[in-house]
Amino acid sequence: MTMKFHFEVPGDDFTRAGEASGELKLKLKRLGFSADVVRRMTIAMYEGEINMAIHAGGGVADVEILPDRITAVLTDNGPGIPDIEQAMKEGWSTAPDNIRSLGFGAGMGLPNIKKYTDMLDIKSVVGKGTTLTMTVLAK
Amino acid sequence: MTVSEIAHSLGLEILVKGKDDRKVTGGYSGDLLSWVMGRAREGDAWITIMGNINAIAVAVLADISCIILAEGSPLDQDAKERAESERIPVLGSQKTAYNLSIELERII
Ligand SMILES: Nc1ncnc2c1ncn2[C@@H]1O[C@H](COP(=O)(O)OP(=O)(O)OP(=O)(O)O)[C@@H](O)[C@H]1O
Ligand SMILES: [Mg+2]
Repeated sequence: MTMKFHFEVPGDDFTRAGEASGELKLKLKRLGFSADVVRRMTIAMYEGEINMAIHAGGGVADVEILPDRITAVLTDNGPGIPDIEQAMKEGWSTAPDNIRSLGFGAGMGLPNIKKYTDMLDIKSVVGKGTTLTMTVLAK
Repeated sequence: MTVSEIAHSLGLEILVKGKDDRKVTGGYSGDLLSWVMGRAREGDAWITIMGNINAIAVAVLADISCIILAEGSPLDQDAKERAESERIPVLGSQKTAYNLSIELERII
């Protein structure tokens, strides 16, 4: 059994950004994945979605669900990340003030994705965009 | 203790009733959403001043038992509607996050 889903993530709309992770949560729960797997995967997905909305003007998410793993590929055509190592550090953020007032911009999103997923790959080209591939294994 | 028992003993205003028979297993205080997603545990009561729609999304994803809005912080209308449909209890208080945290710790 393989299930695939495609989501469009809008830019600068933080009400709608979050729809993909919300829908994914329902699907994973319905499919019977453990609460821990659902929680880790959907938080990582939400962080990635919000990053695309805030930093990249939106993007797309493709999710593949297998019995033993869930993989999400998040792709955007935003400005890219010049220094991925720095971006991965807790507290590093380039989020503007209006975003911070919403509660984002702690510089904890990428570290959270790293913490909650079992595999994470980030590819980014400045001026072209960023692709995040994240996997959570379901034991 | 359940959410409704905590609301009663701390004298909290019920802004959204939600799943108020859920057990509260701990607490977390903070306003930066990624910190909450990274550090709060499943079942925690989340004490914050963030009453926006993103806070509700975070509470759902992090499996928070209830949101307690400190210092009379407002709950946005769209956030209220989302909390109702997701059945996330939202409680309100005029007290500070500091005082709410201490009181919560004493009773759970
Ligand atoms: N898709 C992306 N495109 C371009 N830059 C990005 C992208 N994702 C992250 N970044 C950069 O990496 C930084 C760190 O991202 P991270 O998610 O850890 O923190 P944040 O989004 O700034 O704040 P938080 O996630 O805590 O709300 C961002 O501030 C931004 O500069
Ligand atoms: Mg982020």
